[in-house]
Amino acid sequence: MTDRLPGFSTLAVHAGAQPDPTTGARATPIYQTTSFVFNDADHAASLFGLQAFGNIYTRIGNPTNAVLEERVAALEGGTAALAVASGHAAQLVVLQQLLKPGDEIIAARKLYGGSINQFTHAFKAFGWNVAWADPDEIESFERAVTPHTKAIFIESIANPAGSITDIEAIAAVARKAGVPLIVDNTLASPYLIKPIDHGADIVVHSLTKFLGGHGNSLGGIIVDAGTFDWSKDNKYPMLSEPRPEYHGIRIQETFGNFAFAIACRVLGLRDLGPALSPFNAFMILTGIETLPLRMQKHCDNAKAVAEFLSTHPAVSAVNYAGLPGDRYNALQRKYAPKGAGAVFTFSLKGGYDAGVNLVSNLKLFSHLANVGDTRSLVIHPASTTHSQLDDAAKVKSGAAPEVVRLSIGIEDKEDLIADLDQALRA
Amino acid sequence: MNHDAYDDNYIRSILNNVKSIAMVGASPVNVRPSYFAFKYLAQRGYDMIPVNPGHVGKELMGKPFVASLADIGRPIDMIDIFRNSSHILPVVEEALKLSPLPKVIWMQLGARDDAAAEKAEAAGLKVVMNRCPKIEYGRLSSEISWMGVNSRTLSSKRAPIPTQGMRLSLNRTSFGGGQTAASDRAAKNKTETP
Repeated sequence: MTDRLPGFSTLAVHAGAQPDPTTGARATPIYQTTSFVFNDADHAASLFGLQAFGNIYTRIGNPTNAVLEERVAALEGGTAALAVASGHAAQLVVLQQLLKPGDEIIAARKLYGGSINQFTHAFKAFGWNVAWADPDEIESFERAVTPHTKAIFIESIANPAGSITDIEAIAAVARKAGVPLIVDNTLASPYLIKPIDHGADIVVHSLTKFLGGHGNSLGGIIVDAGTFDWSKDNKYPMLSEPRPEYHGIRIQETFGNFAFAIACRVLGLRDLGPALSPFNAFMILTGIETLPLRMQKHCDNAKAVAEFLSTHPAVSAVNYAGLPGDRYNALQRKYAPKGAGAVFTFSLKGGYDAGVNLVSNLKLFSHLANVGDTRSLVIHPASTTHSQLDDAAKVKSGAAPEVVRLSIGIEDKEDLIADLDQALRA
Repeated sequence: MNHDAYDDNYIRSILNNVKSIAMVGASPVNVRPSYFAFKYLAQRGYDMIPVNPGHVGKELMGKPFVASLADIGRPIDMIDIFRNSSHILPVVEEALKLSPLPKVIWMQLGARDDAAAEKAEAAGLKVVMNRCPKIEYGRLSSEISWMGVNSRTLSSKRAPIPTQGMRLSLNRTSFGGGQTAASDRAAKNKTETP
């Protein structure tokens, strides 16, 4: 009998979770503890030496967080995952395994504004350099490859305009350059796009967004596809060389196709410290159980709102890949046929001031700096998330002064359309 | 047998049925993967035999090293080969001379020799290549899930309790003779009341 592969919705409810062996609790318990007792001195030494699987201290691992990790790994089709405190922490921990001072990553220019800041300023201070490339021009990634390139970083559905990235084309560039492709899959979630199926070696998420889905808990996660050979040449010594902090263990040799996730845990999270609270892990796990239902509703509502805006007299343009005439529509039909996500931008004929006015006139949409909430959200990037960029960089990243970004929630679409209509007319 | 992707049932039946495992290339150095795997499998109840001609005279977890499979001198269920792919074939040929034959040839993570596998399978042995028995045991018991690994298994049944149920433990610290101060006071008041 061959093994049956469970469907996405089944995995969203069950993967990683099992009734508690001691109490029989069916929901995943919140193991709100800092530390775990050892059986004896030998057990302690085995755990610290990475010889045994088990729990030591919640900064390194926690049973509630482990359920979340296995669930997201299963949904993404990866070999293992590591949950951390935020999406930003995930990016920090990933790149710490790959880069030394003087090394480079190539990043898509269309990224979440917070990631652009993190790469440009914080990582620059570590001596990690970033070369920007245009996801709409694949050759710009090829041109950016140098001997110092250690990874390529893209978003599957890119903030803020909801544009769709040609993951397979960029994966081909990464393979040719001999570096891993890292895909931030936050805006798509694995329900819409599974980047590993298209050639990603590492997937990162802000769990804060659609996976958690309720705007109540921060979190981030790193998924190891198990596809990259870290020992092929000597480019990734954190994985291929003996680690002095573990008496000379080589991480890839010991852990095989989930070595990257282990490196992130025992070298990254252990030493950098951005651990996820088990309570947040529980909230996010509960959210993931309804991900397929919510994500489809998010997408269906977003498409209806985008269609409404595209015919509105106050609107000059709508960027939503789910609309037939959109420049990303063909990529959307290839990569995300179930829907184009719920985050997109549109432009107002009235420019910057009209953007500010719209935000203040809306009654149902919340004005805040998040996406992927059950509630519908609105922000004017030029005056908020992207305000630290200069005007040229704002335009390049899709956050021009007249642009408004929406994150469509799971309310009734008629109410969302009515709210936008009254605010645009006010 | 598709050696690119094994069904869990295949791996599970091997790990459930073998009792003795000879580990060829076992190392007494406690940072080597073979040492981890040897110790883990021994702790899970397998009868482990370390095979390595370079360490004869030494012991691994109390088990004396032997130089070759022929030196084991008793029936063995599974041979776990901790050698590079280029060193697999001679070990398999040696294993096929044993009487009785072992039931399983297992090649470690990173090791694969399809020709050697074919020979073993032709003799009726089961073969697993490019896998680690420790990782597979941890995955199928879901113990490895502590490390965020995708076990690729689901269950709605309570996981087995390692100690087979709650036992009376005699080493707990008791306070107040097992009673509360209030209940002691109540008992005292009762006896003092005429």
